[in-house]
Amino acid sequence: MVSGSDMYRQQILDHYKNPRNYGELDDATFEHVGENPMCGDTIKLFVKLAEDDDTVEYVSFIGDGCAISQASASLLSEELQGMSLEAIREMDRDDIVDMLGVEISPMRVKCAVLAEKVAQDGAAIYVGDKELDETTTEE
Amino acid sequence: MGVQSEALDARALREDFPVLDREFDGTPLVYLDNAATSQTPERVVESITDYYYSYNANVHRGIHNLSQEASIAYEEAHDTVGEFVGTDKREEIIFTKNTTEAMNLVAYAWGLNELGPGDEVVLTEMEHHASLVTWQQIAKRTGAECKYIPITEDGYLDMDAAKELITDDTAMVSVVHASNTLGTVNPVRELGEIAHDHGAYIFVDGAQSVPHRPVDVKELGCDFFAFSGHKMCGPTGSGVLYGKEHVLEAMEPYLYGGDMILKVTFEDSEWNELPWKFEAGTPSIVQGIALAEACEYLNEVGLDRIHRHTRELARYACEELTATDDVEVYGPPADDRGPLVAFNVDSVHAHDLASIVNDTGVAIRAGDHCTQPLHDVLGATASARASFYLYNTKDEVDALVEAVDDARQLFA
Repeated sequence: MVSGSDMYRQQILDHYKNPRNYGELDDATFEHVGENPMCGDTIKLFVKLAEDDDTVEYVSFIGDGCAISQASASLLSEELQGMSLEAIREMDRDDIVDMLGVEISPMRVKCAVLAEKVAQDGAAIYVGDKELDETTTEE
Repeated sequence: MGVQSEALDARALREDFPVLDREFDGTPLVYLDNAATSQTPERVVESITDYYYSYNANVHRGIHNLSQEASIAYEEAHDTVGEFVGTDKREEIIFTKNTTEAMNLVAYAWGLNELGPGDEVVLTEMEHHASLVTWQQIAKRTGAECKYIPITEDGYLDMDAAKELITDDTAMVSVVHASNTLGTVNPVRELGEIAHDHGAYIFVDGAQSVPHRPVDVKELGCDFFAFSGHKMCGPTGSGVLYGKEHVLEAMEPYLYGGDMILKVTFEDSEWNELPWKFEAGTPSIVQGIALAEACEYLNEVGLDRIHRHTRELARYACEELTATDDVEVYGPPADDRGPLVAFNVDSVHAHDLASIVNDTGVAIRAGDHCTQPLHDVLGATASARASFYLYNTKDEVDALVEAVDDARQLFA
């Protein structure tokens, strides 16, 4: 057994190596992109809403970056299906950490929350509460 | 000064650095992030406590004993640090917070006043943000233009391009002496000659060279030279700007306030003599004194020996890391590089790599190392970097290589 960080449990490695819902979505209701400027992690999220214009029917993503950022996006893409835009916007940092199921070291939290921030900004922009070209994780 | 022909005994020197005894869950620390900051030997830390326990006082303004002692120690620190880089003129050594502040001092005090439309500042593609961002922004404010000397495939400066880029329109050539990412050591003396032929100044960023090799600013012929104390066994908050006396003399102050003045009326002020004209307010007294102590420590170990030792570690690390063909090392060949190795492993992102090797106590840097534009040129968003110093050993390089292999297997 290879000695490895607790951060890199099987689930994260699995989602990194085999990302779920990976790819662009032609008929997305909205899409949004985000970046970790310091790390170079990028995530572009595609969201297709159901007829009620509020429930997520399908999410896909493309991206590039470290295992933490890409696995988070993959896990999140599964989590978001069926959620309302309001529920997405109410998610917080703990939700993503719970989803990952591991302790994220403080220096890597930005990588972990990138996808979530992209989803939240994307939802806020779509309903007209925010104007933003691109999400960044720099405060 | 030590016998320079003998190899340096890194294991013995480790005794001087208490932090190197740290363990994390029983795993010893392998500190390979020296290009970011070096560790501090006991005698440098003691020079700090000695100051606070024995003669802490403000400088240049007290008649009492403590202030005299502090003033003398602080002033003499300028001399020690000056001699360390080859000048015996106290006037030419300005203490700053770090290399970045030294850079900004010249950019503001000289650049804002002297640059204008039509002027050019020539930098390199391997500039640290300290220089790149500073001149880029000063250029924007003055209407001057920044140009960048490109790098060759193997990480050297393209000197043919340099000769074309440096022209009579060039007012400043600002170049990094040793790259913190590529490990390239640039021909700054030659660049200085080209700059001077065109009537331009040359500013050399020595943050990564001064800790590792004998540097003589007079021999390099540069107009300005800057470095940081915390990368050379000194404390954080200590940095140095060397400037040719007549050039500094002609410059306006950067910061105004106490200590940098000779005479003040409600209407006007006269500036103090060099170097104090550029050290406004209460300076970082103890940092300056401790930096001088660090210079003395490095002199005793011997810069030639440090140079040979850290180069050999970098060469060894390069060879060991590239033994597998999924590793890309940036910069010049293994036998011609400074004391660091920036690299990427195909299957593992640099940040993941740094996190995983950290689990076996190995401390390396991951990211863009404050050279984002250079990483764009290299086609990498980030890289991992191991950087060595006098107390590192080949065993530690082996520990790095082994930890990298663990990461590789984890991601296989």
